[in-house]
Amino acid sequence: MTGLHGRAVVERGAFVLDLEIGVDPGEVVAVLGPNGAGKSTLLRAACGLTPLTGGRLELDGRVIDDPAADVLVPATDRRVGVVFQDYRLFPHMSVVDNVAFGPRSAGVGNGEARRLAAEWISRLGLDGLGDRRPGTLSGGQAQRVALGRALAADPALLLLDEPLAALDAETRLDVRSGLREHLRSFAGPTLLVTHDPLDAVVLADRVVVLEGGRVTQQGDPWEVARRPATRYVARLLGLTLLAGRVRDGEVALDGGGVLHVPSDEVSDGAVLVAVRPSAVSLHAERPEGSARNVWSGVVDGVEPIGDRVRVAVRGAPTVTADVTPGAVADLGLAQGREVWLSVKATELEVYPA
Amino acid sequence: MSRARGRSATAPPWPVALPAALAVAFLALPLVGLLVRAPWGRLWEVLTSPTSLSALRLSLVTGASSTLIALVLGVPLAWWMARSSMRGRSFLRALVTVPLVLPPVVGGIALLLAFGRRGVVGQYLWEGFGIQLPFSTPGVVVAQVFVAMPFLIITVEGALRGLDGRLEEAASTLGAGRLQVFREVTLPLIAPSLIAGTVLTFARALGEFGATITFAGNLEGVTQTLPLAVYSGLEGDPAEAVVLSLLLLAVSVLILVALRDRWLRTGAAS
Repeated sequence: MTGLHGRAVVERGAFVLDLEIGVDPGEVVAVLGPNGAGKSTLLRAACGLTPLTGGRLELDGRVIDDPAADVLVPATDRRVGVVFQDYRLFPHMSVVDNVAFGPRSAGVGNGEARRLAAEWISRLGLDGLGDRRPGTLSGGQAQRVALGRALAADPALLLLDEPLAALDAETRLDVRSGLREHLRSFAGPTLLVTHDPLDAVVLADRVVVLEGGRVTQQGDPWEVARRPATRYVARLLGLTLLAGRVRDGEVALDGGGVLHVPSDEVSDGAVLVAVRPSAVSLHAERPEGSARNVWSGVVDGVEPIGDRVRVAVRGAPTVTADVTPGAVADLGLAQGREVWLSVKATELEVYPA
Repeated sequence: MSRARGRSATAPPWPVALPAALAVAFLALPLVGLLVRAPWGRLWEVLTSPTSLSALRLSLVTGASSTLIALVLGVPLAWWMARSSMRGRSFLRALVTVPLVLPPVVGGIALLLAFGRRGVVGQYLWEGFGIQLPFSTPGVVVAQVFVAMPFLIITVEGALRGLDGRLEEAASTLGAGRLQVFREVTLPLIAPSLIAGTVLTFARALGEFGATITFAGNLEGVTQTLPLAVYSGLEGDPAEAVVLSLLLLAVSVLILVALRDRWLRTGAAS
């Protein structure tokens, strides 16, 4: 079987990472999770810098780590390209020599390795930077050099550790779309870890949510973004996630309150309801509209986000709503203010828990 | 008030200045004496005398040889001490430190007992290969390596331990074997410490006296290095002793200048 497959178990004190992983050639899988979820441990295990304590990993049909059989292919012999979060470019080498390092390690002659490196440098849009030292590069350039260095080694598996975390918000946007192109053109399996759901949605074909060393959800990135299974993902996406049980076409929420939902979408049982902040309207008086879900609450917090204002409203249920700055002024939204909320049933995302 | 304004809260009170000034004088006056009493008129004549020239040549050859040997043997040991997880590392570290604190003359005696013609190892060298280290030029090198190599080992080991392994990890994921990683990533990263350790080792070897005279004797042209020539000069021609001392002082100053960024910038963590 080609690609990366197996089960990775790493026990370290009280922390246990334990997940099944499968990445096919040409596929980009994003592991999304909070700090301390075990994302970096997974990457280190995949590239051979941290040995597994259990499970077994195969790369292109070859066992690369199997503690039970005492098999461990060291990082040097794995042909796994890693783009580290802090890039880890060699500060004493020029950009060309950094990129040529992999080919040279594989036994390619100096001149040929430099020619290969120049090709990668050109392909990554770094023309003219070949003689520079990494210390003189911008964050986005350094990121591309790190990617080029990993790819020039002709890896059987590409790993990216928070590839955009070291960049400022402005460059991140550019680099992300550029990175997407380069990942698309890489024929092998790609595993990237991130705590930014946008990275997962833009870069990955599939997302695996890792929390506390365990997989809590996986699937198509858009699907995960639309229907998060855990509060962690919902919070990352700015969604309010409510748990409840379906009864007669209504959802009785565990935290109190009842929501009407599109009746054709649900069967009886435990469900999750994802509420987008932009789907929630706030009113000074009880609204007389078509919205079927209307309840009252008390403003708990007001926070500007871009050109919108995010308002947390405590009630049954407690949700967040995005409104315009004008609405904040009109409604006099401030901590402690009583308001009415409304949400159309069709705006709610309901799915089995 | 205005004087207090210019002083920081941690500056020492003025009475401390007196012993401090005495300390400066104590350290500086001998050097001043050397400069004042130097027979400047005979400088060139003494420096180019056969005794001086042969001592200078011998010092350079033996000093360079022992520095090279210290590099070849010391860097691997430093690597081992810094990176292996074996037990007994602290014992090794103590062992390496011994020559630093041991009186050199004791080192010389110890070398005689080990490598002398009837020494623990020396008897086999003599009987098996006809090699006699004491009172030979190679013996001078042995004495210098014994006292000087610890400077290199300790400097390089400290640098290796201070280096975080992130770049070396990156190199290994790119397919580089351990020796290649060490040669192409580790060594360049610790180059400043490696150079500093090398210069210190050379300086220590150049100044070696006690172990050399005990183990290798004081034979002109064979084992009489500069410090030994200074010692002999005191008994014969004191002017020669002073001139050669000046030469050694000049070398020391040069080394200090070369290393000033590393060793003289007090307080700055390396």
